[in-house]
Amino acid sequence: MMTLKVNGQDHEIDADPDTPLLYVLRDDLKLNAAKYGCGLGQCGACTVIVDGKAVLSCVTPLLLLEGRPVTTLEGLGTIAQPSPIQRAFIEEQAAQCGYCIAGMMMRAQALLLRNIKPTDDEIRAELEPHLCRCGTHMRILRAVHRAAHLMQTADASPVQRSAP
Amino acid sequence: MTISRLIASLAAALSIAAAIAVFAIVWRPELSAIAPPEPHSFDAALVKRGRALAAIGNCATCHTVRGGRDFAGGLPVPTPFGTIFSSNITPDAETGIGRWPEAAFTRAMRSGVDRQGRHLYPTFPYDHFTHVTDEDDRALYAYLMTRPPVHAAARANLLPFPLDQRVVVAGWKLLFLRRGRYQPDPAQSAAWNRGAYLVEGLAHCGACHTPRNALGAERASARFAGGDADHWDAYAINAQSPAPVPWDAEALFGYLRAGWQADHGAARGPMAEVVSNLSDVPDSDVRAIATYMAEVFGAPTPERQRRADDVLAQLKSPTVPAADTNTSGAAIYAAACATCHMTKRSLPYGGVDLHLSTAISAADPRNAANIILSGIRPVEGERSPIMPGFAASMTDAQLAALLGYLRAGFSDGPAWSGVAETVVKARGIQAASLQTSPPPQTAPVEASQRAQP
Repeated sequence: MMTLKVNGQDHEIDADPDTPLLYVLRDDLKLNAAKYGCGLGQCGACTVIVDGKAVLSCVTPLLLLEGRPVTTLEGLGTIAQPSPIQRAFIEEQAAQCGYCIAGMMMRAQALLLRNIKPTDDEIRAELEPHLCRCGTHMRILRAVHRAAHLMQTADASPVQRSAP
Repeated sequence: MTISRLIASLAAALSIAAAIAVFAIVWRPELSAIAPPEPHSFDAALVKRGRALAAIGNCATCHTVRGGRDFAGGLPVPTPFGTIFSSNITPDAETGIGRWPEAAFTRAMRSGVDRQGRHLYPTFPYDHFTHVTDEDDRALYAYLMTRPPVHAAARANLLPFPLDQRVVVAGWKLLFLRRGRYQPDPAQSAAWNRGAYLVEGLAHCGACHTPRNALGAERASARFAGGDADHWDAYAINAQSPAPVPWDAEALFGYLRAGWQADHGAARGPMAEVVSNLSDVPDSDVRAIATYMAEVFGAPTPERQRRADDVLAQLKSPTVPAADTNTSGAAIYAAACATCHMTKRSLPYGGVDLHLSTAISAADPRNAANIILSGIRPVEGERSPIMPGFAASMTDAQLAALLGYLRAGFSDGPAWSGVAETVVKARGIQAASLQTSPPPQTAPVEASQRAQP
């Protein structure tokens, strides 16, 4: 039994300490935003934030997380009140099938936490470990810039969607 | 003539002689600039040969900044004396070598002097390149002069006085630059001689793998006994090699060709770039390097071979080493590492059994820490080893515990000292590397382009 702090809430987890965080999030806590992609830490779909940094939850066993706060996409905002990164991805329609997007948003969020005005190159470099087979990369880039802008202006009014 | 006048004349004569000697050592003439040659004036076959040679020489690695234009220079090379920035070796007329005649290029390779006659710092490894033949220099020149010119001015070196005075380099050369062609050994095979020529010359393996003295020169008495490459341990590649299983020519060939070898693991850090560049090089040259290096490693002693056999035998029925007191390190290994490193899945898709890992058997934990933090990125378009990095998921204490356990459980060596410091330093370097753009794509060129110059 260990205590895991996820999205600000403590959970008593009854799982082997070597269980990957992803399984605990999805199976025990029913937080399904983080996706199982490759299981080898190579595609980025399972990315969550630990201690402010993007972490691949499929290759992160529980025992590394004692006392360290975990944030999933569900922790950033709600459907009624999306966070800037969520709003920006919606407004740019950056998802096609959407499987990779939760991971992309989490790493983008981690990037924006330490660099509020990233350049195109910095965003590309940061998101390089994430695979997207639909090919919405240009929209993802725009969405990250938009999120950066939203975070800076804390502007809550809907922004006009750019043409596809 | 009085005695005092005689002495005065003698002293004057001696100081004139000394001045001439110093002048002869220091002064090098400027070679006339030429109009940048047309790329089409070079023979395509020569350019193609130059391309393979440049890959062996690993030129692009130092002369290209991450994410920057090829050969445009500007890469900071940290040395114990200060930081030296690599130069622009594209054929740009103003900032590159566009106005260099071939004679200037050959002189730079042979004696570390630029076209204008200035001494070059030995971070440019002319102590090795001096052995390159005229013919190969000509091919390298043809290759570089046909690259796209990039306008990129050199960055000023960060060196303290008096090292910022290039004349001091003349003294260094007097002490350490041994010019001379490679002399083939008639008792050895053609492949061995080819390998020796490449390893000692253009490939400049010793630049990283041989320790350096206080003046930054390779220690002749400790050839290939291990040195530093950036923040990595460039392992000893002679009889002192820390590899648990001794290297032989076949294993070296496979490793240099593919970037990984089943009994040794994957090339990482600066060596990954070396191997990636070698993918441009014909099999015969890679085999020649392997042939020569196998002799430098030497045949293992019976004792060493016995230990290697023990390790290999034990792999047939892998067991997780007991943890003694370091239970947290053991638990991390079992949870985060064993799923890849202790399966029957072979390289490159599974991890190497860490009993075989040179990083774990090496004298210090630098390379192991670097690899665990950064992981291994896949090579685009190639079958290559992969490993996720654990920088964000492991704390310093967790990584230190893991390293301690790996050392105790997977090598015969004594416990590492300074693990905590190494972890902190490795993390700093890893974080700094994230601030830059992504590394250049490690597959050198599209496969379809490889045959072209």
